Order: sequence, then C-alpha cells, then structure tokens
Amino acid sequence: MSIASLFSAMPGNVAQGIIWGIMALGVFMTYKLLNFADLTVDGSFATGGAVTVILVTSGWSVPSALVMACIAGILAGMVTGILHTVLGIPDILAGILSQIALYSINLNIMGGKANVAVSVDRYNLLISLRFVPKTIVIAALFAIVLIALMYWYFGTSQGCAIRATGSNPAMSRAQGININLMKVITLALSNGVVALSGGLMAQYQGFADINMGRGAIVIGLAAVIIGEVLGHALFGKRMNFIIRMLFVVLGGVVYYIVIGIVLWLRMPTNDLKLFTAIIVAIFLAVPYLRGQAKSSFRKAAKRGGNV
Amino acid sequence: MLQVKEIYKTFNPGTVNEKRALNGASLTLEEGEFVTVIGGNGAGKSTFLNAVAGVWPVDAGSIVIDGEDVTGLCEYKRAKYLGRVFQDPMTGTAADMEIQENLALAARRGQRRGLGWGISGKERERYHEMLKILDLGLEDRMTSKVGLLSGGQRQALTLLMATLQKPKVLLLDEHTAALDPKTAAKVLETTERIVTENHLTTMMVTHNMRDAIAHGNRLIMMNEGKVILNIAGEEKKKLTIEELLHKFEEVSGTEFTNDKAILS
Repeated sequence: MSIASLFSAMPGNVAQGIIWGIMALGVFMTYKLLNFADLTVDGSFATGGAVTVILVTSGWSVPSALVMACIAGILAGMVTGILHTVLGIPDILAGILSQIALYSINLNIMGGKANVAVSVDRYNLLISLRFVPKTIVIAALFAIVLIALMYWYFGTSQGCAIRATGSNPAMSRAQGININLMKVITLALSNGVVALSGGLMAQYQGFADINMGRGAIVIGLAAVIIGEVLGHALFGKRMNFIIRMLFVVLGGVVYYIVIGIVLWLRMPTNDLKLFTAIIVAIFLAVPYLRGQAKSSFRKAAKRGGNV
Repeated sequence: MLQVKEIYKTFNPGTVNEKRALNGASLTLEEGEFVTVIGGNGAGKSTFLNAVAGVWPVDAGSIVIDGEDVTGLCEYKRAKYLGRVFQDPMTGTAADMEIQENLALAARRGQRRGLGWGISGKERERYHEMLKILDLGLEDRMTSKVGLLSGGQRQALTLLMATLQKPKVLLLDEHTAALDPKTAAKVLETTERIVTENHLTTMMVTHNMRDAIAHGNRLIMMNEGKVILNIAGEEKKKLTIEELLHKFEEVSGTEFTNDKAILS
C-alpha cells in the first residue's frame, strides 16, 4: 500500500476517466439537456466496443471502425426514441427494452462470444493501456473536438429547439417544435457518442466484453453530477456551456481517481459497484437535502416555539 | 381570418368521467377583430381555445385559419399560424433558457429549425429594442435565465414571443388570471398596445367581466360548450356588467355561475 503504487496507477485512471467522460457527454445530452433518463447506454456502450473490435480484427482501419460503432449507437438511440415517441412507452422503460435487446445483438455482433480480444501488437490501435500517456493525449483530443461540436450544435436553431424541448415541452409545441423528432435526434446523437467511447474503451483494455457497459448509466451520471458540483464550486455563476461540458469530462476523471484511491485502500473489487451507487446517491441527494434543510418543519417548529 | 364551424369534443367518452366540453361551438373572426370570451365555470372557454390551437383533435366540425383548413393539423404544425399566452406563467417560456434564447425560439416559429445559429447579433439588437418598450428592465438582462423572472415579467415576455412573428390569430387563455391586480392591469395594457399596433386578430378568454367589456371590439359568451351570446360594435361599447348578466340569464335560462367572475 505504498504511495508510489497509488501514483503509478494514477495515469491509467486518468485515461479511463477521460474515456468514461466522453461517454458522460452522451449522458449529459439526454439527462441534462433533454431531461430524459436514458438507460440504453448500458447496451450501446458495449455495442460500440463490439462493433469496433469485430471490424478491426476483420481488417478495417480503426477510424472507419469507430465511425461504424458510432452509427450503430445512433441506430440504437433511434430505436429507444421510436419506442418512446411513436409507441408511447415511458422513457425509462424504453431505454431498458433497448438495453436488454442490445445484449443479444451485441452477442451476435461478437459471433456468439462473450469476449473478443484485439491485441495492440497485431493491430494499429489508437490507444491502449500499454501506452497510457499517448492514450491520455488522444482521448483528451477526442473529448475536446466533441465538446466543440456539441457547443456548436446546441447553439444552432435545432440545438436550441432540443434544449427547449427538455426545458418545457408544452411551450415547445406551441412554438411549432416537433418535440418527438427532437427526442429521437437527441437519443440518436447521445448513443452515437456513447458507442464511440465504448469503441475507445475496447481498444484501451484490448478487448470487447458483453458486460463492459453494465452500470454505464450510473458512471455517466456520476461524472455529470460530480462535474456539476465541482463546476459550481469553482466557477459559480460564471459557468457557461463550454465549462459545463469540460467539467462533465473532468467529472469522469475525478470519479476514476477516487476509484483508484479506493482500490489502493484495498477495497475488494467486488464492492466497486456498491461504492459507485453510494457515491452517485450522495451526489444526487446533496442538493435536495440542502434545499430541505433551508425550509424544514422541524426548524419551523423551533422558530415558532421561540415566540 | 378564423372560421370555427360546429366543433364537438367529449373527454373520457364511455366512462363515468365523460364530459361533453364542446357542443357545436362556432365562431367567425374577421381580420383585426379582438374578441373577448367569457362564460361560467366549465362553459368550454379554454377548451375552445385549445381546440383552435390543436392541443387534441376535435370529434366533429372544422377549423379554418386564413383560408386553410387546419382541422387535421397537429399542435406543432398549427403553431405557425398562432400566437399563444397561457394562464400559468410557467407554461409559455423555457425556464432554463436565456431571455434572448426564448425570443429567438419564438422568432423561428413555423420555420425549419436547421443548423444555422440559434440567435444572431442582429436579432439581439432587435430584441433589445423590443424589450425596452415593455419597460420592465428586461433589456439589460437578456442573458438571464427566464426562470429568474416574476410571473408578470414572464407573461409580458410570452406576449412578446407570441407576437414576434405576426400570428394569424393570437390566443390569450386567461393570461392575467394568475397575476396580482396591479401586474394584471399592466400586462393587459401591454396586450392592448401590441394587439392594436400590429392589428392582430385576437381571442382573449377572461373571467373578469369588466376586462371583457373594456377590451376588444367584440364579446362572446359561452355556456355548455356553445357560443350563446355575441355582442359587437356600438352595443359592446355601451355594455354594462348588469346588462351582461341579464342577457346571460335570458339566453341560457340559468343564473350565471362563475365564482371568480362575480368576485372580481
């Protein structure tokens, strides 16, 4: 349990954190901008990994495999969107249905195997845990380009219509916005980004696994929420849209650094998911409890008793 | 400009909650007409407005706006012809977005929302001037989130948004009912100014008989899902509340029941 071992593990945690941070940008689109808790991501993250690994091992170049992974994610998001808007299935259920369907689809993509390896020695992968500094640089570049694209897109007329749909659907319809179309577009784009990060993760770890996306939504939410809390603490009211998104990625990094420290403290890896759930629950509860503390019945009774 | 012919709407048909909300209501509005709509509790005033706005399809009848039959168009497609302000100040604006972003959204009503910028520098200048006229100090807070505004400010902003793109018909659904009397008077004054300046065809639902008589150039009264009284021109100018109540009893054979209307 030496400090040195903690520090030697840190760069790897940062690299993983950035990749999950990219995934969290997808979650940010649906959860924060569209106000839609999309559980498809657990499935589409693995889809991205599976498509990337299968295509690369069958001779595709890494960039074109990533593009295909992205397209697969977009299709998955569209399915969730259509289940929700055309067939009227509530948002969380629509996501769960896609997620469970994707489990079978992902197995089929990987030729019936639960795990397919892609070796950095045999293929020209962009990133790998064998070259952590290079991974950090490339993953950060992906994140920056993505943030720039999202900044542009959500500033366009269409992007504004999406944000309006998330903020007030009744008003959006009255302003002539096709809110169903906006939901489908956002879910598609979000899952495209999630699948892209799944493709990066598969390269980083050197394999695609059927379970690699399990709990992805919780990690994504953790990154979004940790980033928001940190951003508010550091920037307060000066936090603009770009800074918000930067902090989403940073939230992923912070999350993985914390995981690194926890593992270093010898917490059994089996308990990691429990730990993650507790962290996310705390970060979700803090703003609510703070609001409650300001106006609680107990305090009202105390104030009343003093008169 | 607006022709509503014999529309019917029943909510929850075939259940114990069945409610016939519109029962053959008809109305024709000429361009530039400003009609106020009054009626008792559950008379179908807001339902009538929602039918025109296309919140749900009507069971029978037709709705024509400026020569185009919109009966089969859904709410967001119909929006290009309509400006709307709602009773609840929270309904008309996106709270998480800036004042100027809300205006820019409204300015694109009925247009394709593509990949051009959501708001341009030129627009910002235009909105600044328009907000100045509202005289609420909003022109200096254009990048503030709308959620920070008061109910009255939000209604005034919604009104501006509804008329930024000149609507064929402006629909006001008790838009001052949730405001305190002073703010309500100010919002009404703004309404009157905007409607007159732009020569807008307007329907205003109100529970306040005094407002219904003071504003607009035509007044209709609804009862049991129908338009039962129509007063225009000189007759409307000379109208008093007592006369109106009397006429209502004459036409409907019942007493006017709207607790809100009588109290105010």
